[in-house]
Amino acid sequence: MFEVLSNEILAENLHRMVLVAPRIARARKAGQFVMVRLAQGEERIPLTIGDADPEAGTITLFIQAIGASTRKIVDTPVGGFIRDVAGPLGKETHITNWGRVACVGGGVGTAVLFPLVKALAEAGNEITTIIGGRSGRYIILADELGPLSKNLLIATEDGSLGTKGFVTGPLAEMLADPQRAPRAVFAVGPVPMMKAVANMTREPGIETIVSLNPIMIDGTGMCGGCRVQVGKETKFACVDGPEFDAHLVDFDGLSDRLTSYRKEEAVRHAATDCKLVKEVAK
Amino acid sequence: MSNKLSPKERMAIERVHMPELPADVRNKNFEEVNLGLNSGQARKEAERCLQCKNRNCVAGCPVGVSIPEFIDALACEDLPRAAQILRGDNALPAVCGRVCPQETQCEALCVRGLKGEAVAIGYLERYVADWAMQHPDQLLPDAKPEPTGKSVAVVGCGPAGLTAAGELARQGHKVTIFEALHDTGGVLRYGIPEFRLPKDIIDREVSVLSALGVTIECNVIIGKTLTISELSDDFDAVFIANGAGLPTMLNIAGENLKGVYAANEFLTRVNLMEAGRREDSSTPILKRSEVAVIGGGNTAMDCVRTARRLGAERAMIVYRRGEAEMPARVEEIKHAKEEGVEFIMLTAPLAIVATEDGWVSALRCQKMELGPADDSGRRRPQPIVGSEFDLPAGIVINAVGTSANPLLTATAPNLSLNKWGNIVTNEEGETSIAGVFAGGDIVRGGATVILAMGDGKRAAAAINDYLKR
Ligand SMILES: Cc1cc2nc3c(=O)[nH]c(=O)nc-3n(C[C@H](O)[C@H](O)[C@H](O)COP(=O)(O)OP(=O)(O)OC[C@H]3O[C@@H](n4cnc5c(N)ncnc54)[C@H](O)[C@@H]3O)c2cc1C
Ligand SMILES: Cc1cc2nc3c(=O)[nH]c(=O)nc-3n(C[C@H](O)[C@H](O)[C@H](O)COP(=O)(O)OP(=O)(O)OC[C@H]3O[C@@H](n4cnc5c(N)ncnc54)[C@H](O)[C@@H]3O)c2cc1C
Ligand code: SF4
Ligand code: SF4
Ligand code: FES
Repeated sequence: MFEVLSNEILAENLHRMVLVAPRIARARKAGQFVMVRLAQGEERIPLTIGDADPEAGTITLFIQAIGASTRKIVDTPVGGFIRDVAGPLGKETHITNWGRVACVGGGVGTAVLFPLVKALAEAGNEITTIIGGRSGRYIILADELGPLSKNLLIATEDGSLGTKGFVTGPLAEMLADPQRAPRAVFAVGPVPMMKAVANMTREPGIETIVSLNPIMIDGTGMCGGCRVQVGKETKFACVDGPEFDAHLVDFDGLSDRLTSYRKEEAVRHAATDCKLVKEVAK
Repeated sequence: MSNKLSPKERMAIERVHMPELPADVRNKNFEEVNLGLNSGQARKEAERCLQCKNRNCVAGCPVGVSIPEFIDALACEDLPRAAQILRGDNALPAVCGRVCPQETQCEALCVRGLKGEAVAIGYLERYVADWAMQHPDQLLPDAKPEPTGKSVAVVGCGPAGLTAAGELARQGHKVTIFEALHDTGGVLRYGIPEFRLPKDIIDREVSVLSALGVTIECNVIIGKTLTISELSDDFDAVFIANGAGLPTMLNIAGENLKGVYAANEFLTRVNLMEAGRREDSSTPILKRSEVAVIGGGNTAMDCVRTARRLGAERAMIVYRRGEAEMPARVEEIKHAKEEGVEFIMLTAPLAIVATEDGWVSALRCQKMELGPADDSGRRRPQPIVGSEFDLPAGIVINAVGTSANPLLTATAPNLSLNKWGNIVTNEEGETSIAGVFAGGDIVRGGATVILAMGDGKRAAAAINDYLKR
């Protein structure tokens, strides 16, 4: 059992949750995740370890409540418990001092990006962080990312905060300017965003790392469910990743596999919706 | 001995038939297929045993269960004694009685099998073990061992780990099992389906260990949460039994389409996560009317019978050799057939064919014929030119095998491995690191429950010696 120490709402449907998990806090490195199962009968889902405090024995998760499992997890109150948290899983991010790097985050990808930016900053990189979302309400972690970055750029689709458009806009400007062009790019977000970034950096040959989010079950390389095509090889994202060379990833295959349970998810989503409505009605 | 019957009278008794759920009932639910013998049937079957001096049957059992002795106690209706004899040799008799491939082990060497049918040793083992579970009050209590003050870490809560933990705890050592998943049992829980091995049997076996003082910590992944060297520092000895949990890919076109599962994923969803089995399970599972399962082992049988229970009208085994070459237990093959599973033999997969929107639509196959025997003595299948055909299927399950998972071993550079990634040990199960032992599938590659348990038992004895040094 893992106690919830705090649970704050950062933006619409986006929670920051701190859990007591001393062993994971001690072992964890940037880029790794945990498998979380709220209770008996619930799904196991992967969540990135956003931050950790080895002394306090705590880990921080950033959770976007988009479906049935994530909603139930964020509903756990302070002092409540999550039954199963296993990790840290996945490979740690390969961090060196590239000099100038760009870190691009979209939606909840920004949360997955946060520990990478922190580790890259600690390694002495000069970071431009570009984060985006549908509108200003969905922009998260700007206050945390600001101090770690040389520049923090925000792009929103409706223009309500920062520049109007996608995160690829500011990135394109950087790439076009030899004075600002990054030596490496980290991109985490929806699959179409990561694919677009990969296509922009392929031609100039800039090393680009993406963190993939396939469906996972065990997270230990046992089931093969998280497989993705990288170059000519099939990789298991939970053990070989979740970070890969963006120029080799088959993004179309990944997006397609992510829709495998769309029907089943919609049913469960509707069920939690009804429950919420009923609770509100009470 | 209860020798009221003459050998001739014993020879005259016919082998018992295991009562089963009717095939057209059980292929729609997950209840156990074999219902177990009643006391009359068990006693009569026990009387078929000739109590041979040579004890051939015992040599066929990888852990040397005292077969004639426990059967004699059963024939004498002394069930507490039968249970005690069994327990002394085999930590998980209720499991082995159900899943051991008896026809190639103990029963294969039973003299009664020379002329007619072997004694149903597995059924009797199950009968005694089930009786013991229902009558804990009638069992002789385990002697409480003197604590030795030594501690042992066991990695993995499958049959090898459970067996070693029990043996070590009975010697008075303080045992902690670390398990990566959120529940106990290893393959017994996530792989073998409920209809062959009800999960409450594992729960009961685990509670016996807890009563012995064994601590089980789930959600701890050795190699990630803690390392082998940390365990070596914190415990006096370590036993690694993390199994062979890495699916072998087919490496054919279309393997990453929607609707293609590796057996471990399909079975884990249904068994461990209870998808499709319980209304309230949150884990989804795909259901289609045509399901093709590639492979001929126990895993393939478990997948195809599970698919049938989830509603597949055509649940098919596609295997590149013939039925005689299938490694699955004979009983599983028989049960699968009764349940309406189709066997498509001498057929190899070439590719998986997709619909326009990326779902599986068929398995492209090629017919095979058997050529000369290969190194393993099995006749090697060879493709028949021009025999390609498409087998319509909405789900394809790859059940061709598993190998050593490198998650743990990759973080223990001093641990010697063979070329397949299995841990190398000596006869006693000791690895290249002093005080670190290993056994089960991580050493052997995918094998059997009873072999894994035998390793656990042997390693526990070696660890006990090591701790006395
Ligand atoms: C390595 C990794 C790290 C992640 N880190 C974070 C994080 O820090 N914060 C965060 O909010 N989300 C993270 N995710 C995504 C998160 O796991 C999914 O959003 C979550 O599983 C959705 O479950 P649901 O029941 O709420 O939604 P559903 O309605 O079930 O699904 C919504 C979406 O999530 C995907 N999904 C469903 N089940 C799983 C599963 N078992 N594994 C992976 N994806 C699934 C579906 O394909 C679908 O696109 C991460 C994913 C991966 C693979
Ligand atoms: C579907 C299926 C059906 C089978 N049917 C039969 C049958 O009918 N009869 C038979 O005799 N055999 C059968 N087998 C084979 C048998 O189940 C195995 O040989 C046996 O379970 C091996 O036992 P083990 O203890 O070595 O490993 P496992 O049972 O694999 O247990 C290993 C345990 O270690 C855990 N683990 C893995 N890595 C780590 C880590 N890094 N840290 C902590 N824990 C870890 C795993 O989660 C697991 O719980 C079957 C196998 C499968 C897959
Ligand atoms: S453990 Fe298995 S092989 Fe040994 S006697 Fe029992 S059923 Fe037979
Ligand atoms: S070989 Fe068969 S008949 Fe003889 S003791 Fe063993 S089980 Fe009994
Ligand atoms: S989640 Fe099972 S292998 Fe990656």
